[in-house]
Amino acid sequence: MTTTDYEPNMVLSNVEYKVVGTRPIRHDGHDKVTGRALYGADFTTAGLLHAKVLRSPHAHARIKSIDPSKALAMPGVRAVVTASDLPPSGDVGKKRERDNILASDKVLYKGHAIAGVAASTAHEAEEAVAAIEVEYEVLPPVTTVEEAMADGAPLLHDDLFTSELGEQTDTASNVAEHFQHRKGDPDKGFAEADVIVEREYRAKTVHQGYIEPHNATALWNSDGRLHVWCSTQGAFTVRDALASILDLPVSQIRVTPMEIGGGFGGKIPVYLEPVAALLSRKTGQAVKMVMSRADVFEASGPTCGSYSRVKIGAKSDGTMTAAEVELAFEAGAYPGSPVGAGAMCALAPYDLENGVVDGYDVVVNKPKTAAYRAPGAPNAAFAVEQAVDELALKLNMDPIELRLKNAAKEGTRRVDGPTFNRVGLVETLEAMRDHPHYSAPLGENQGRGIAIGFWFNIGFDSSVNLAVNADGTVNLTEGSTDIGGTRASISMQAAEVLGIPAEDIRPSVVDTDSIGFTAVTGGSRTTFATGYAAYEAAQMVKQQMIERAASIWDVEADSVSMEDGVIKSTADPELNMSFKELAGQLGRTGGGISASASVSPTGAGGSFSGNIVDLEVDPDTGKTDVVRFTVVQDVGKAIHPSYVEGQMQGGSAQGIGWALNEEYYMNEGGGMVNSTLLDYRMPTSLDLPMIDTVIVEVANPGHPYGVRGVGESNIIPPTPAIANAIQRATGTRLFETPMNPVAIIAAAKANGG
Amino acid sequence: MPAKTYVQTTINGEHVDFLCEPRQSLLECLRDVIGLTGSKEGCNDGNCGACTVVFDGRIVTSCLVLGVEAESKEITTIEGVASPEGLHPVQTAFLENAALQCGICTPGFIVASKALLEQNPNPTEHEIRFWLANNLCRCTGYDKIVRAVQDAAEKMQEA
Repeated sequence: MTTTDYEPNMVLSNVEYKVVGTRPIRHDGHDKVTGRALYGADFTTAGLLHAKVLRSPHAHARIKSIDPSKALAMPGVRAVVTASDLPPSGDVGKKRERDNILASDKVLYKGHAIAGVAASTAHEAEEAVAAIEVEYEVLPPVTTVEEAMADGAPLLHDDLFTSELGEQTDTASNVAEHFQHRKGDPDKGFAEADVIVEREYRAKTVHQGYIEPHNATALWNSDGRLHVWCSTQGAFTVRDALASILDLPVSQIRVTPMEIGGGFGGKIPVYLEPVAALLSRKTGQAVKMVMSRADVFEASGPTCGSYSRVKIGAKSDGTMTAAEVELAFEAGAYPGSPVGAGAMCALAPYDLENGVVDGYDVVVNKPKTAAYRAPGAPNAAFAVEQAVDELALKLNMDPIELRLKNAAKEGTRRVDGPTFNRVGLVETLEAMRDHPHYSAPLGENQGRGIAIGFWFNIGFDSSVNLAVNADGTVNLTEGSTDIGGTRASISMQAAEVLGIPAEDIRPSVVDTDSIGFTAVTGGSRTTFATGYAAYEAAQMVKQQMIERAASIWDVEADSVSMEDGVIKSTADPELNMSFKELAGQLGRTGGGISASASVSPTGAGGSFSGNIVDLEVDPDTGKTDVVRFTVVQDVGKAIHPSYVEGQMQGGSAQGIGWALNEEYYMNEGGGMVNSTLLDYRMPTSLDLPMIDTVIVEVANPGHPYGVRGVGESNIIPPTPAIANAIQRATGTRLFETPMNPVAIIAAAKANGG
Repeated sequence: MPAKTYVQTTINGEHVDFLCEPRQSLLECLRDVIGLTGSKEGCNDGNCGACTVVFDGRIVTSCLVLGVEAESKEITTIEGVASPEGLHPVQTAFLENAALQCGICTPGFIVASKALLEQNPNPTEHEIRFWLANNLCRCTGYDKIVRAVQDAAEKMQEA
């Protein structure tokens, strides 16, 4: 199976660099293979207390009273906090933000936090949590968008009024917002179509599934400053959230990001941090909190379940004439589903004259959704990419050729407004078409599906400091949490500028007191934007090194150059020295050299991905086997191709789990009943084949090395590609995730099988 | 608080003694009592494998073993995999093959992979996948982990 007659990991590269594009050992690697790396739950400090959270057993209820007196009398218990310990706010947005930390008047999902208890040990805190008495008035829950949007549905919020196409209405509803993107004249486009496909699709709620549970330790010091240690995708985001929730100036808060055990978007929000802070203020001691796995499922993340409707039309030659998409996404308990991003990405791969996308943000009795890798886009693509596949079948066209014929390219204006800069969809589709996988023979009961996906990627703020050491190495200080190798990918960009090996950069991720503002590790932005800051800071160091050499040699700076780690005079070839030699002389020639760059690059480049999936379906049991999987992605430029492949493979595996197995399985009371890693079954090593990769490099003009960002678009195509493969293998199409054996057999029976 | 039990055991070749409550898992004892935080808690019910250790020659999820059961046992944790001479070939292979992203599952995978190669020095891809199926990784999709174990097997056979 691993002996292959083709290259399983291809890199289609156009530009070669010295450091960029190589595969050095990551700087934090030794710490992480020896168990020395310190994650949030590994943090400890003197006098540490431990805290646990009382969580609602009901999906929807009014809190009538909370009595912590029995808990407070228990051994080891030091303090209890509830919503009454949070600053009150008349602002509805702030109230909701705080209510998600500790519920004040209503609980809106099973697992909703109600109180925090600090005790000497975690076991004592856990026992005390069980002794808090809460009186509830239980209310009927709604757990899907269709239930929540139905006439007469129970309302989560009395004060939530629908924003309808930009106008605030006075309709109290579970629909927080309805928006629309429109281009051209869809009715005219459909009238021109020879073939039209119209279908409804549904996706279940799924979780990011990071292996490390949320954690936070807080010390509210006697000087009034709050110090928090936690595993987060953005230390500054935690600082800002705490400032907002606790009504503190940001300067009173210091957040130290510990190593983070996965996030995928789910470790952007705060959950435990404010509770630990309040308990620390009450007790005067540091307080540590770690979620259980059930807490992670029931009270953090997830991403949305959804309802989608797609109508798409084409002429008999395959030219698409119009598309109409309706997306209704679960926001969870408070407004803010990823429907906005889903609506941006839904039709992005296609060059359409006419299109309309309607988006609905709908609250339901589930935990408030958090970002999950290209949030919203997989739900949209599960629908659109299946409709396009059905169109290809009706037109009797190859599904890649149909997509190539209609592919968005530079200059295409998307239905949601923006016009594409240089993008690599055509190159991605061509690499799929030309891959040996696409023409390989299939076995019995096997089907091959393809699909594509788009994620726009983001820029935002990043800061990097560089300081040259006397031995020629360079300290790099940054504020971006390293979830998957970004110390390496950021350092490599600085090393490329300075002409020194990647290993000579010493990267550190530091706390919010020690670096300029840096936005979250998310949106596939870190290698792009923090890498850009490293590039800029390195350019400044390079210029200072040139000026220093010029001053030592007593020549003009513009007659000195620095290439490949060697500084030399263009006038006198005798005058040259290595970066390392000059670094050793800095102390006695004017002092050390350092530079800082804070950037907010606007040229983020969108990334397209595509999958070819071979699936075998057992016709008797509906059991599926992913027998071959290829992921192709335009990444702009792969700084460290191994970690780029890792992102592509990891996103693919998450997409496969989403397609085939994963779901929040809810009971009638609106509670999740499969909140363990046994019952919420994520793919294991035995469930997956090798995941072959093709890195396509169509440089992003908005980055000095062409980086686009690679973290997200790869999770988009697997769900529809697998649905399309099931259709080819069985002749039956599934319109809902997860496409597990039960669903496959049920669909086959409904189809007369 | 229940009375604590005095436990004497061997961890990574060293004699270790500690006090623990009857309800404390071996994972808790390793992390919170002894200070060996390399074993990670991902689920506390034996399903993620991040706390995998070798317990008298068998790999176990230490969250499902009680601390008191460590009495007179031989335990190897991730902290005992490397030697003063350097990394174990499995650790080197994980680094060279980029077989980790966030790294939280890595200690468990390395302990389990090393145990596999000690029993079966030349496993097939299927044998590797079967053996590692109790270790969840959400970042890598397992491809590079499986390749790292294959690479380590090859290097250990050569050595």
